[in-house]
Amino acid sequence: MLEQRILAELKNIVGSDNVATDRQDLICYGYDATQMEFLPDAVVHPGSADEVARVLKLSNREKFPVFPRGAGSGFTGGALPKGGGIVLVVTRLNRILRIDTENLVAEVEPGVVTEQFQIAVEKLGLFYPPDPASLKFSTLGGNVAENAGGPRCVKYGVTRDFVMGLEVVLPTGETIRTGGETYKGVVGYDLTRLLCGSEGTLGVITKIIFKLLPLPEAKKTMLTVFDSIDGAAKAVSTIIGGKIIPTTLEFMDYATLQCVEKRFNLGIPASGRAVLLIEVDGDRDLIEKQADRIQELIAPLGLVECKVAKDAAESEALWKVRRLVSPSLRDVNPDKFNEDIVVPRSKVPDVIRVIEKIQQKYDIPIVNFGHAGDGNIHVNVMIDKSVPGQEEKAHEAIAEVFQAALDLNGTMSGEHGVGLAKQPYIHLELKPEQVAAMQAIKKALDPNNILNPGKMFPLG
Amino acid sequence: MSEKDFKTDALKRVEQELKKCVKCGACRAHCPAFAAFGKEPAVARGKVALCQHLLKGDIELDDATYAAMSKCLLCGSCVEKCPNDVPTDEIVMVAREALARQRGLTTFHAAVGRVIRNRSLMKFGAAAARVLGPLFFRKVPETSGLRLRFPLPFVGGKRHIPPLAKTPFLERHPEVIPGEPGKPRIVFFVGCMTNFCYPQVGEATLALFRHLGCTVIIPKNQQCCGLPGMSGGDLETVRGLAEKNLAELERYEADYIMTACATCGGALHKFYPNLVGKRHPDLAARLQAIAAKTVDAAQLLQKLGLNPEETGAGGDVRITYHDPCHLRTRSITRQPRELLAGTPGVELTEMEGADRCCGLGGTFNVYHYDTSMQINAAKSDAIIRTGATAVVTGCPGCMMQLSDGLKQRGSAVKVVHTVEVLARKLRR
Repeated sequence: MLEQRILAELKNIVGSDNVATDRQDLICYGYDATQMEFLPDAVVHPGSADEVARVLKLSNREKFPVFPRGAGSGFTGGALPKGGGIVLVVTRLNRILRIDTENLVAEVEPGVVTEQFQIAVEKLGLFYPPDPASLKFSTLGGNVAENAGGPRCVKYGVTRDFVMGLEVVLPTGETIRTGGETYKGVVGYDLTRLLCGSEGTLGVITKIIFKLLPLPEAKKTMLTVFDSIDGAAKAVSTIIGGKIIPTTLEFMDYATLQCVEKRFNLGIPASGRAVLLIEVDGDRDLIEKQADRIQELIAPLGLVECKVAKDAAESEALWKVRRLVSPSLRDVNPDKFNEDIVVPRSKVPDVIRVIEKIQQKYDIPIVNFGHAGDGNIHVNVMIDKSVPGQEEKAHEAIAEVFQAALDLNGTMSGEHGVGLAKQPYIHLELKPEQVAAMQAIKKALDPNNILNPGKMFPLG
Repeated sequence: MSEKDFKTDALKRVEQELKKCVKCGACRAHCPAFAAFGKEPAVARGKVALCQHLLKGDIELDDATYAAMSKCLLCGSCVEKCPNDVPTDEIVMVAREALARQRGLTTFHAAVGRVIRNRSLMKFGAAAARVLGPLFFRKVPETSGLRLRFPLPFVGGKRHIPPLAKTPFLERHPEVIPGEPGKPRIVFFVGCMTNFCYPQVGEATLALFRHLGCTVIIPKNQQCCGLPGMSGGDLETVRGLAEKNLAELERYEADYIMTACATCGGALHKFYPNLVGKRHPDLAARLQAIAAKTVDAAQLLQKLGLNPEETGAGGDVRITYHDPCHLRTRSITRQPRELLAGTPGVELTEMEGADRCCGLGGTFNVYHYDTSMQINAAKSDAIIRTGATAVVTGCPGCMMQLSDGLKQRGSAVKVVHTVEVLARKLRR
């Protein structure tokens, strides 16, 4: 519990309307998409970077934890106030400060919703590619803190690849700028890249400078159905080996197809065992050529069907198959653990085969889909938590899935981060020396362990 | 009954629905109330979380719960876009019912209940004018005795309200207007707003279906659909109205039950079976049968092959179309646009965010008038930016809200119903 005098100081900093302590408010800032819940002692909505800094100075003086939060749409509990303290909601900082069409950079506040930013830059013929599935509601601050990915990353890279500079309030309350707005810059450590994906443990982001690209002229979408998972996986490496990097190479396994077909009846051929949704973008003539070339390349790989969208409406219809995956999964079982392993793209069929065995061993459905182009597979372990023992089984199965990814030179998480959810498993991937180096950084920047304590590593 | 009973009694019914929410946050992108208030208790997943905690018993039906539940327009945008099909609109109505039973209906909602209950539409005009005055009939002067008799402090002095019709629509026509043999028989569910404020919408609708040779039946004892009551959690009143409307609508062998009001259509098509039917199994099958026959005027006109070239006329240089929430959530977006686009002299220009709520939200605008108009501001701006001289829509509730917003901006853009454009030649 926070003392009244501390609450009074918080109200003094951000205004009394922006400090909430009703139990109802605490509940509404105690969850995220992990379905875990921890209630904070207060919810604070700062209106400026200066207010953020003053809150952090206060928290250091009074030693209470601060949990930064954007939209609260994370999958690993990164924004959850475990252990109590204040939730610091940055969504009032939601201005696009400038879009510089000469230097192709933009400066934004962290509370801007990802899609709103994309719409704003696209109006000027510019392009911000990172496209996490939550882009309609996630915030850019959250995207940077979690280093969000998305389908387009296979060609364009992840959020970190577009962050040129940051303004950050350090855990101790000092405000610093990192990086800048030049493409080159080698003075000092690259704190920008360190902060991207730091899950709100090293600083509160108050401004972001993004790199932008020219908006591609057009895009072309293809839905391809294969008679085997190997065919689909081979298609991925064949396309990229053929010197074409598509914008998107989304993959759905047989279990996923069955879910979608059962519920929505989209007419995917019965002999289909895997689907690739392929999209290329660029100049109009170029993508026509690329689309033709892709069809030639994949034709011998057990291709059952290939639908090519003629216009935006048809493209949207093809994307529908992919978008309907999540809503369909609930028919398998009510509860899901959504993991996001990555393996080198040529190893996708290998990891799927191991997951198949894990599924048989534990006798729980596992549905796989995701970004095959960069080897990032969403592994959905579907259980019914009300059945005793299933949750425990799921955790054991997940540990084996992670190990399988690591054995193939992959990683446990490509997009979602560690937060609370993956903490029990990090020792599988990180050696004690690596963890010690990371914790040394945390300790140097946050000596009082004020900012998002207990995330990524267990509370020390 | 103890407080715990009110909570569990009401919320138990949606327990399974509450479990479906995984707190992904998708509703944050679509909720107009959240866009205006900016804080989680206003968004769907926040309300779902609160209902889960109400069921667990660790929060009460107190002021903070009330405040959160009041911040919902029942527009259904979150339901439409929810990856897990969580029916938050129904959940909020059930929570409001629990609040109403625990705390008593608010003065305003009790008044709404008194008006819409136990009276046919034909008769409640005078009472409505008195009690709903500040909501519907702002033209009553501030100093009028009516105001003093029913002091309602909820609505500021700003709202522009359409004038009350001299003769309500239902008093103008016989109950059965025969058409050509072999043509469909249509029961016309008129609704309060059309009856009292926009009788011209009723006239245009009638003219169009007569043009198609249909037999049109206008049941004299039809009641308010009850949505204003639902909005306040007064589900007992709604059940009573649903039963009376059921009896009235079943009285005639009809092929369709047609309404030109999106809100009434939403009540008949969706909220009656889901909110009333689920708790009163004896009524469920009958409510389902009515729901299955319920159609929107534009939807039916297109189905019956109306040629707008014969009946309609533009009369405006350029028009734009606003999607009422209670048509959009029933996937009726294409039909009115296609009919309008086929009307001579009509140039249809899409506004930005045509599918965004106008901000009325049942009685939301009474409790949160300023927020309601803040939501409406984006809508007014989008309409004005199209350069249209008229905005067309399919819901008299939206018509009132759109007019209010546009008039407050000093805009001359007219607000008309789809059927008015489609029937312009017939009505000359």
